[in-house]
Amino acid sequence: MRQGSRPRLRRNLTALAVLCAVYLTVTAFVTNSYYQLILTLLPVWALFGVSWNILSGYGGQLSFGHASFFGIGAYTVTLAVVYWSLSPWLGIPLGMVLGGLAAVAIGLPTFRLRGHYFALSMLAYPLAILYVLQYLGFQEVSIPMHRENPVAFMEFGEPRVYTLIAVCLLVGGVAVSLLIENSRFGLALLAIRQNELAAEAAGLNARLWKMRSLVVSGMMAAVAGGFYARVLLVVTPESVFGMLVSAQAVVVTLFGGVASAWGPVIGAAVLVPLAETLQAELGTYLPGIQGVVYGVAIIAIMLLSPDGLFWTIRDRWFRRKAPDLVPDVAVLPPPARRATARAGAPLLEVENLSRAFGGLKAVSEVGFSIAEGEILGIIGPNGAGKTTLFNVLNGVLSADQGSAELAGQQMLGRKIFEVCRMGVGRTFQVVRSFPRLPVLDNVIVGAYGAGQSDRGALESAVRALHQVGLLGDSGVAAGQLTNKRLRLMELARALAGNPRLLLLDETLAGLGREECDDVLTVLARLREQGMTICIIEHTMHAMMRLADRLVVLDHGRVLAEGRPQAVVEDHSVIEAYLGKKWLTRQDA
Amino acid sequence: MDLEILIENVLNALTAGITIGSIYGLMCIGLGLIFGIMRIVNFAQGDLLMLGMFASFYLVTEGRILSFLGPYWGPFVGAICAAPLVFAGGALLHRFLISRVSGLRTVGSLDEGHFGQLIVTLGISLILQNGGQILFGSTPVAVRTPLSAEAFLIGPVYGGATVFLNKAKLIAFLVAILVAIALYLTLEYTRLGKALRAAADNPTAATYMGIDVDKAYRIAFGLGSGITAIAGGLMATYISFGPFVGFDYVIIMYSGVVLGGMGSIFGAFWGGVTVGFVQQFSALILPPQLQNAAIFVVFLMIVLLRPQGLFGRSAERA
Repeated sequence: MRQGSRPRLRRNLTALAVLCAVYLTVTAFVTNSYYQLILTLLPVWALFGVSWNILSGYGGQLSFGHASFFGIGAYTVTLAVVYWSLSPWLGIPLGMVLGGLAAVAIGLPTFRLRGHYFALSMLAYPLAILYVLQYLGFQEVSIPMHRENPVAFMEFGEPRVYTLIAVCLLVGGVAVSLLIENSRFGLALLAIRQNELAAEAAGLNARLWKMRSLVVSGMMAAVAGGFYARVLLVVTPESVFGMLVSAQAVVVTLFGGVASAWGPVIGAAVLVPLAETLQAELGTYLPGIQGVVYGVAIIAIMLLSPDGLFWTIRDRWFRRKAPDLVPDVAVLPPPARRATARAGAPLLEVENLSRAFGGLKAVSEVGFSIAEGEILGIIGPNGAGKTTLFNVLNGVLSADQGSAELAGQQMLGRKIFEVCRMGVGRTFQVVRSFPRLPVLDNVIVGAYGAGQSDRGALESAVRALHQVGLLGDSGVAAGQLTNKRLRLMELARALAGNPRLLLLDETLAGLGREECDDVLTVLARLREQGMTICIIEHTMHAMMRLADRLVVLDHGRVLAEGRPQAVVEDHSVIEAYLGKKWLTRQDA
Repeated sequence: MDLEILIENVLNALTAGITIGSIYGLMCIGLGLIFGIMRIVNFAQGDLLMLGMFASFYLVTEGRILSFLGPYWGPFVGAICAAPLVFAGGALLHRFLISRVSGLRTVGSLDEGHFGQLIVTLGISLILQNGGQILFGSTPVAVRTPLSAEAFLIGPVYGGATVFLNKAKLIAFLVAILVAIALYLTLEYTRLGKALRAAADNPTAATYMGIDVDKAYRIAFGLGSGITAIAGGLMATYISFGPFVGFDYVIIMYSGVVLGGMGSIFGAFWGGVTVGFVQQFSALILPPQLQNAAIFVVFLMIVLLRPQGLFGRSAERA
């Protein structure tokens, strides 16, 4: 549970309890069996939407094949009764387990894909299963009745009991969703959705978090499917694995509100009764009117309120003053450098490092070292291989050869988040932020990435924000910051993980003279606190002030290395920057 | 004897693979323009195919507007005539719906607008399918031509092995090839084609070069719709169809485009041909229900093992 989320959680759970009480009271007075069925199906589709939301809403991994899990739940419950006389009371948990296993089986290969490809592949799974089931002869399977022991087989003479069970299942689902929203799980998913590379560079294992969300989501969808089968008593491949089933989850969630536990509930509450009523009233004259309504609904919602009803309503009528996100935590002094660290001992040693793209040697046999507490500047003309060097060092790219050791530990061959957890913080040439998250959360991601506790992460984030002087902006969404503040925020995110080494990629790019000075002051303060920094920069005057030593790269090779004053007077460096002509004219 | 049957089956699968595959190829070119080049995930592509089929059906069989052309020429002219109708429909869809969630408006936004595109096209797909059910009814229909019951016989090639060349499929195949070539030439050598490709490659830069990117996208989307509609009209001569037929072909189209490598028109065609072959040859060894599953499995394998396609190169950057 994240710091400060307890009151919000309590508010939400109270609202949920009130809603359920009202819903069940209404149910108690409904006697028409068709309306009773609608009242039972509404929570089922809402639960299915909640499950989809966990993967696709929070995590942004669009799944158009959530029917896979829904159908697995439905067929498990049905076939378990038919073949083993296993009660749905046990069949639903069994389906849940199978749904989770299916999530692992589907996730392992499919999470290698991103964006379009992920969405399309997810679409193919339920359809492949659908045809296999048809081939196996399960076109239509019905659940046999067990009149001798009805309650043990989830058979009730009173249909309103099903509504009660459905509501209980939905409450469970929404509670899980709220817990995710208010924990590091939810923050990790939101961060991954907004910028996966930045999340990895901040130390989050994106693949693992996505897999966790898929498993939770798959299990929940299987529960919804299993109970659906029990209510309708008959399953066909189309009715539980079909495209319309997957669409249902997408539609109710998008309509109601993406990435909010309430979204799917609101969406289902509006759309399910609407579509069912239309189907019942007009279905005979206009077959398919339900689909048309759904289509119109999602297009309209996408154009008018792209994030869904929940967010629009909240922003329009419930806009409270921006929550006071400056947390009531004392700013602690930066942690003491590790005891083993002696100033002057080498922290990073790079040897013979190469990386080629086809025939182009972007980084070629590069070697240098950085001492503990030192600021090393890396300069060089455009295309010299500076950013590629950083990408190889922090695991974005693989190296062709060479080694890079951080305090004796090999950095190469590790994943991005593993390098981060070794104690290497990184910023990017083009700032990679999580634009919709507040500054504080952006920075907390870096602390979570380093594996800190909830309390510790908050303290680290506050300290890092204080170090860069952004504490006052904690509550502002990162997307609204100026370039300078964004750069400082990215720096704070790297600092929050308590790194031993900072890799800063053109932190001063695009800043005016005064802004530049501000950032330089922050960096100088970090040096006083003993931070080791490797910085890529173009601005010579800044480098002269800041760096202890410079390494000059040109065409992927180390051209010169040494104290700043010596380097700028080096003939080969001047030639690389300004050309041979300039040099001869100077000499003349 | 067994060998004869085997040879006959293989040869027939081969010819069917070529003819049906080429029509798939044309269908894939349509999606290739929209998905491969403009990078819009269009769920409704299968339903544009369905619109092509019904356009041809109403022009030829039901509405009899083209019945003066007779049962031999009519269906194929009808298929071509479906193109401008669906082109207009596609351009309108783009103008009023899709342009709001794609192109210049979403450059650099969260998820680059994928969420919005998928949702809007899913909505269009739901409306077209279910609206189609309301308008056209759900009884399967077909564009009738006597050619679909006639075949050229080649052989006997080996012992008693004979190759059957269905005349409707053969003509459809020829039309598909001609349309594909014409489109290729247009895109490659005309000013319009260059503008389309430039707008697709880098909308911002194209704007600076004075290209009306919105218009270019609209035309490209319309073209993609129209081309797929021709394929639909051609298929309508040898299959029966209803308003939900499109969905069966969406995955085929995406398989073809991905297989051919994103962004390549030529590749999309070959991708479609390959899928046609896979389908026809899987019929030799698999029971009918599993043939469709085979396509999905092939699709998943392509996406997982070679997302850059068989004919394309990886262009992913960190």
